[in-house]
Amino acid sequence: MSTAQSHADQERTDARDERRITLENDGVRQILEKVNRELVGLAPVKARIGQIAALLMVERARHELGLTTEPPTLHMCFTGNPGTGKTTMALRMAEILHEVGYVRSGHVISVTRDDLVGQYIGHTAPKTKEVIKRAMGGVLFIDEAYYLYRPENERDYGQEAIEILLQAMENDRDDLVVILAGYKDRMDRFFQSNPGLHSRIAHHIAFPDYSADELRTVADLLLEEQGYHFTDDARKAFADYLQRRMQQPHFSNARSVRNALDRFRLRQALRLTQQGGSLGVEDLTSIDAQEVLASSVFGENTDSGTGPSGQPSPQGSTTDPAS
Amino acid sequence: MHITQGQFSFLPPLTDEQIKAQVIWALDHGWAISVEYTDDPHPRNTYWEMYGHPMFDLRDPAGVMKEISECRRTFPNRYIRVMAFDSSKGWETPRMSFIVNRPEHEPGFHLERQEMQGRAIRYTVRPYVTERPEGKRY
Repeated sequence: MSTAQSHADQERTDARDERRITLENDGVRQILEKVNRELVGLAPVKARIGQIAALLMVERARHELGLTTEPPTLHMCFTGNPGTGKTTMALRMAEILHEVGYVRSGHVISVTRDDLVGQYIGHTAPKTKEVIKRAMGGVLFIDEAYYLYRPENERDYGQEAIEILLQAMENDRDDLVVILAGYKDRMDRFFQSNPGLHSRIAHHIAFPDYSADELRTVADLLLEEQGYHFTDDARKAFADYLQRRMQQPHFSNARSVRNALDRFRLRQALRLTQQGGSLGVEDLTSIDAQEVLASSVFGENTDSGTGPSGQPSPQGSTTDPAS
Repeated sequence: MHITQGQFSFLPPLTDEQIKAQVIWALDHGWAISVEYTDDPHPRNTYWEMYGHPMFDLRDPAGVMKEISECRRTFPNRYIRVMAFDSSKGWETPRMSFIVNRPEHEPGFHLERQEMQGRAIRYTVRPYVTERPEGKRY
């Protein structure tokens, strides 16, 4: 800080500006690297986040050198299909904003319609204001924001919540960053009926769906986190599984992958307990092909019945449709 | 007459910066902060009117400061205090309470001496302003 000041006092050259920026880069770069590691794919999103982080760092450097700064509007809207990493990105965004000093505490208050909209007249305003006060100094993340507005009911209190939110987004810009999230088409419709909200959000970021390759990487990462790994056969089977699963309705990207992995672990545990005997580390950490193939997406050609344990497959398939 | 009550009563009125620092202290301890106001300055007047709900689960003083400034705007000529309530077991009581706003003109108190049998005297303190009804005092 003090060195920056003295630099500023001596002379204001671009070279010195630049040096400040690179110096202060570290924390943010670490978070961006973490984002890169944790979130597979999502290239356009990462590019945008990188831009925003860069802008904030430059703003801070400008501020430290005494140049005029206009605090940027940082309200954001994340649109994308389920399981594309919107919530995770919101958490990381809060960390980045905290790191560059744009928000003071870097916490995320995650809310949905229930937390903002009241049940009777006069209930909504205090409720929304309370949430806003709680989120101050951090990020207010509103998941499935389009539920706030219900056009079919003109007496719906959601409109009131939106108005209070708008006011806070405008007046308390220094204390509050609002991130809305939801599915693309519904958010578009939501913004059509609330143009004021659309124009107050500077960053509209679309989260693309994951490709099959990216989902495989996601699966490997998740397994690694949990201390498991696929056997070679299982990896092949899982690629096949993904192909089929992606065609099915209600496929929600990384979330579906995570749920699938949880089921694989269940089946593995059952197989191991039934198998009995002594188990090594390899046994305990590997997910075998039969766990994958027991899934109901394989339908008629389920061949896990041929394994040593006949039990897992019927049980596995009964749990599947529920999820 | 400059009425004092609660914490920091021996100090000159706190600036907003100082109030904020106190609020941060309270939030760091996990206490819920509330804003209250009154126009009855009697020292035994314990229960003041609540301005909004007590604020639970706050992480940042901005929300409290906003509430204080709103209360000041609504009641510029009342006493306003900030309280911090500690809900942890064994305490369950306000841990902080200090005045953040006061009327411009404070007339003070009337001291009444009631003569009793013999030469005994009973004293009563009565704020001048309470002669007028609530809401019309300052």
